[in-house]
Amino acid sequence: MSQEILQVEGLSKMYKLGDINTGSISHDINRWISKLRGKEDPYQKVAVTNDRTTKTSNSYVWSLKDINFSVNRGEVFGIVGKNGAGKSTLLKLLSKITKPTEGRINIDGRIGSLLEVGTGFHPDLSGRENIFLNGAILGMRKQEIRRRFDEIVEFSGIERYIDTPVKRYSSGMFVRLAFAVAAHLEPEILIIDEVLAVGDQEFQNKCISKMKDVSSQQGRTVFFVSHNMMAVRHLCTRALLLDKGQVSMIGPVGEVLEAYHHDEKDSAHGVRNNLPERTKGYFKSWRLEGQTPSNNHSCYSREDFDMVLQFRAQESIVKCDLNFKITGPDGTTVLFTKSSDGLGGLFMVHPGDYEFRIRMNLPVAKGKYEVEVGLFAGGWVDTWKSTTKLQVLDAADGYGGDSSAAILNVKTDFSLSSI
Amino acid sequence: MQNKNGPSAQAIAFENTMSYPINEPLLAKGSEPVNSPAPPPAPERKWLETITPHNNIFSLNIKEIWSYRDLLMILTRRDIIALYKQTILGPIWFVLQPILTTLTFMLVFSRTRNLHDGWHHPVILFYLSGLVIWGYFSECVVRTSTFFKDATPILSKVYFPRLIVPLSLIVTNLVRFSLQLGLFFLIYLFFILFKGEHMAPNAYALLLPVLILMVALLGLGAGMMISSLTTRYKDLAHLTTFGVQLMMFASTVIFPFGSVGTGLYGAVMKINPMTGIIEAFRYGWMGEGHLSWSLLGYDAICVVVLMFLGIITFNAIEKSFVDSI
Repeated sequence: MSQEILQVEGLSKMYKLGDINTGSISHDINRWISKLRGKEDPYQKVAVTNDRTTKTSNSYVWSLKDINFSVNRGEVFGIVGKNGAGKSTLLKLLSKITKPTEGRINIDGRIGSLLEVGTGFHPDLSGRENIFLNGAILGMRKQEIRRRFDEIVEFSGIERYIDTPVKRYSSGMFVRLAFAVAAHLEPEILIIDEVLAVGDQEFQNKCISKMKDVSSQQGRTVFFVSHNMMAVRHLCTRALLLDKGQVSMIGPVGEVLEAYHHDEKDSAHGVRNNLPERTKGYFKSWRLEGQTPSNNHSCYSREDFDMVLQFRAQESIVKCDLNFKITGPDGTTVLFTKSSDGLGGLFMVHPGDYEFRIRMNLPVAKGKYEVEVGLFAGGWVDTWKSTTKLQVLDAADGYGGDSSAAILNVKTDFSLSSI
Repeated sequence: MQNKNGPSAQAIAFENTMSYPINEPLLAKGSEPVNSPAPPPAPERKWLETITPHNNIFSLNIKEIWSYRDLLMILTRRDIIALYKQTILGPIWFVLQPILTTLTFMLVFSRTRNLHDGWHHPVILFYLSGLVIWGYFSECVVRTSTFFKDATPILSKVYFPRLIVPLSLIVTNLVRFSLQLGLFFLIYLFFILFKGEHMAPNAYALLLPVLILMVALLGLGAGMMISSLTTRYKDLAHLTTFGVQLMMFASTVIFPFGSVGTGLYGAVMKINPMTGIIEAFRYGWMGEGHLSWSLLGYDAICVVVLMFLGIITFNAIEKSFVDSI
């Protein structure tokens, strides 16, 4: 017998953007007519790839396009990707909440999904009543819940409040109870979306080890979506990387996570003044070269580093003035500098790839800063406000105290003398 | 030479930008006509379940619903308990409502002469019987007609047979209805035992379970249909409450069948499927009323048609309503 427990073939899902109601009667009628005539849905043809950063006039997008993969029994399968890559849509299709536009999913087992903790919890009912309610909603039989009731209560660690209405619970208690129910589900396939983001560290660890148990000892299959890369690396054996609704990579979890990080770092997304292919040249990416380990979009406060800007020239450009701006979290301009003002002057480029380097340091409070660059040569060649934020960390020497209270984080020296 | 443009002018130009990612051509792949790869020919493997884009419009997966019967009971319990948590009177509220309405009607219509010429028993039993049965129907329709919307927080997060929700509403209302019916029978007995009313149930009283089932199915069918259509066109939600209220006046809840004659109003009353049911109930238990097999037959047809339409519309949107609600 095959080990495959779930198989996805050519799975696609189309969504309509914007207001559902506007013009939907006419679209419905159009659809219906083409269905009668045996043609395919006219709106499927015009849908475009899902990318939340582009704006198109088209109101249909493919949230998922042509997804193929299969998962074996007992595997913990991770799904990673940026916001809007289609992770949640995929889970919704797998858990039968909504149907695909195309393709099919073959399943060989009972599916239980946990897309949210405490689905259906009623605030007026007690913890005890809600365990039964939530368990039944997640697909458990009454005897099954009764049999595991004590286990559930013990796992949640809130015995004392079990007969209190859940509206009096703290949010942590609420989550604990809800996850405890879900952790004792017994489907062959368990789908979990981002639920570990809540709850304290101790409870998160408890949940992770519980899920490991579920797969390794009970031989059940787990789908796991999370932005918590540690959890994904810890739990999953294989993973799927989604990008703009398409499968970017499937493989061992280590390799996929590496690809995901790489992808995130080189994020070329951002706000520009021109379409890149219509300019004489454009900025491709930026990175920092400094002390911070393993992350080239962050630096320590006050540390000297190189800001490296990759630039592709598509034509020769003379008298280029490089403009560089850093904006704080509240929108204040922290730094604005031009190569024509400082050391460097004006540049000249020929078609090809270049790297601009700006040696600098940022004596500012820790936080996320926005990077904006522009190249001026009699007019703007390209301006680019990067989506990726520059993260300033607390100074490496630990000096600076509570730096978040002020904009600047400058090394100060206090002394006292009597006069 | 140095570029003499002021930094402020440039800084402003920075803001005047548009959004575009670098590595995606303007026309993305998905904009080409779709040639979805045909699924591989008949896999030799037997899967337990296959999810496809297609709906089966005519099927009700009874087996699956049966396997979720515990959920049905627990949802029902939740709805009933939640209704009277933190109230002093608790379930008494269930019976207070029809009693108060009945008293109101008696007060208002007592001045209208000849209204109850054909009715020789206590008027309170006339109103109460009509109101209790009508109340069950109207609660079923109104509550199920918004269930997709009301239950979206749950339905968009977890899968179970969607039909469980309207069914639990029907059962919840059945509990309520039973309490109200119990009240009716208490008053009924009171009049027979202490007031010496000459009333007795006849053989047609045995129709009661059938009548209740018909009311439940009428409510379920209409509610499912309205609820399904409401997920796309919310206009209907506004119409339902109003429409059901209006329908009550075109039934024998307030006016005895005999009092309206055979004019237009009488015809409208006959179209209302609840008329036959209410009259059959009155006839069965109190020996008065307009028992008509043709009306009951018509009601049965209404049940079948409404349930059929309800199931079709329900199945058509069941698997995708989350996207449009």
